[in-house]
Amino acid sequence: MTIKKISKNEWEIPKEGKMLVPGRIFASEKLMKNIEKDENTINQVKNVAMLPGIVGKSYAMPDAHSGYGFSIGGVAAFDIENGIISPGGVGYDINCGVRLLSTNISKEEFMKKREQLLNEIFKNVPSGVGKGGELKLTDEEIKNVLEQGAGWAVEKGYGTKDDLERIEDNGCLKGNASKVTPRAKARGRDQLGTIGSGNHFVEIQEVQEIFDEKTAKAFGIEKGQITIMIHTGSRGLGHQTASDYIHLMEKEYGFKKLPDRELVCAPINSKLGVDYREAMNSAANFAFANRQLITNQVRKSFQKFFPKIKIPLVYDVCHNIAKFEEHNISGKKQMVCIHRKGATRSFGPGRKELPTIYRKIGQPVIIPGSMGTFSYLLVGTKEAEELSLASTAHGAGRVMSRSSAIRDLDFDKMNKELNSNDILLRAGSKKGAVEESPEAYKDVNEVVRVSDELGIGKIVARMKPLAVIKG
Amino acid sequence: MEKEFVFLEHPSDIKFKAFGKNLDEVFENTAKAISSYLSPDRKVESKKSKKIHLRASDLESLLYSFVDEILFLLDAEKFVVSKAKVSINDNQMEAEIFGDNSKEYEIKQIKAATYADMYIKEIAEGNWECQMVLDV
Repeated sequence: MTIKKISKNEWEIPKEGKMLVPGRIFASEKLMKNIEKDENTINQVKNVAMLPGIVGKSYAMPDAHSGYGFSIGGVAAFDIENGIISPGGVGYDINCGVRLLSTNISKEEFMKKREQLLNEIFKNVPSGVGKGGELKLTDEEIKNVLEQGAGWAVEKGYGTKDDLERIEDNGCLKGNASKVTPRAKARGRDQLGTIGSGNHFVEIQEVQEIFDEKTAKAFGIEKGQITIMIHTGSRGLGHQTASDYIHLMEKEYGFKKLPDRELVCAPINSKLGVDYREAMNSAANFAFANRQLITNQVRKSFQKFFPKIKIPLVYDVCHNIAKFEEHNISGKKQMVCIHRKGATRSFGPGRKELPTIYRKIGQPVIIPGSMGTFSYLLVGTKEAEELSLASTAHGAGRVMSRSSAIRDLDFDKMNKELNSNDILLRAGSKKGAVEESPEAYKDVNEVVRVSDELGIGKIVARMKPLAVIKG
Repeated sequence: MEKEFVFLEHPSDIKFKAFGKNLDEVFENTAKAISSYLSPDRKVESKKSKKIHLRASDLESLLYSFVDEILFLLDAEKFVVSKAKVSINDNQMEAEIFGDNSKEYEIKQIKAATYADMYIKEIAEGNWECQMVLDV
């Protein structure tokens, strides 16, 4: 197999064998070395290129690593008449995503209350793993959450109308609760308002550097300000929805002809294709409501120590989702079903999907680093729409296995290093936290630098963590 | 004692092999592997049990469903697995899953079973092995 370097940060996998379109990887030399270490990642980009109805190219973002079916960082668009929809192109954590909140307090003010505040948030925002959360939903409430998303939470008093405007799709995709199985509902019943474990977190940060003053101002971000980042998804309800539809699609369409069993899929317009889309949208709504509830708990915790504080939402992005969007494919505008799995939408100015407050500027793109490293706020661009189906990276991407991290790294040493960088950590499981050690991840600075150089997401601001909660 | 399971390197998630004299034992050791990942700091006690019945089109699918069931019990019933007693005939499984109230433990999340790199086979007479990756 030959991979052709076609520009400083672009690599082409030429069409070969059963591939219907070429593959395209966005990476620097340094990131490409990481990507090539695991041949699965490249093979997964090629496998996706073989799926029926794919248009354009099979893409991998700068933070790509191997996933299930699609690679993490995989993006692909399918013709809505002849194409497919695949749970393997969305991921098990449907609408895993990130939201960024700004505040009107400074680092100095925050640091005086840091430890008490962190303990308060740790108490109010449970991981929920094996324990569940405070809220146990009735059948009627679950239906409303699944069909109204963040809107349900706001109606219940867990946020404001302003919040909704600052969430992708206003925090609600077209769902149908009856397409989510009773098993999936049972798993999610008491998980709303919980972060889970793994790489999910609540982090309090300081805006350390502004790279684009005008855009930062439009996003309500300034140097020295405290921001809050929330990273979580649809919890057990979404995981079960993915598993359930993988089973149903296997039964209906089989997997023998596919290059990978995890790429099981259904025609977009088939009954099962439509059912999955409605179930996936419902699970996405659960995730939007989840992040909204956590936001409410975080706001209440801050208000206890800073009664007059303002904590507006900057934006909320999904990085595991399939959506219908219009894109320019080989010079022609076309409606496609775009799968973004571990990739962030990166719309430039003018897109009708953006809220009026950001429509002239471009979409806020939120890229968290690993625990203890920088996170970034970027802005979507017209270049992204031309180059990468309006997509960019979603995070740092792992380089070290979880088993190596547990074997080779030590919690106390890691915690000491975090402390010496002025970062306070509260974690549910020590071993869980060690798995998420900064050493286990790629350099997020390099990932966003590549995004910025390509122009598929331009850097606006860099945030440094001050306090982290892990499940 | 013979090795029951082993965790392997994986770039982002959890990969393991489980071993056994026969198919039933491979599944039983899979349950133990998952238990040890879910609660790394404390061995899960076998205070309660649940009976399950599963049917699948092939062994891989049966393994996937078995793990799916264990994860379902954790989220939906706050039941964390310690071990299992399994009996498989013709892609049908009768199993008793043992475990405890998960609220008593610090649990690490497993999102889902996957088919990635999965196999189940008899590598030599009386020597079975399976491999699986879990999305965490």
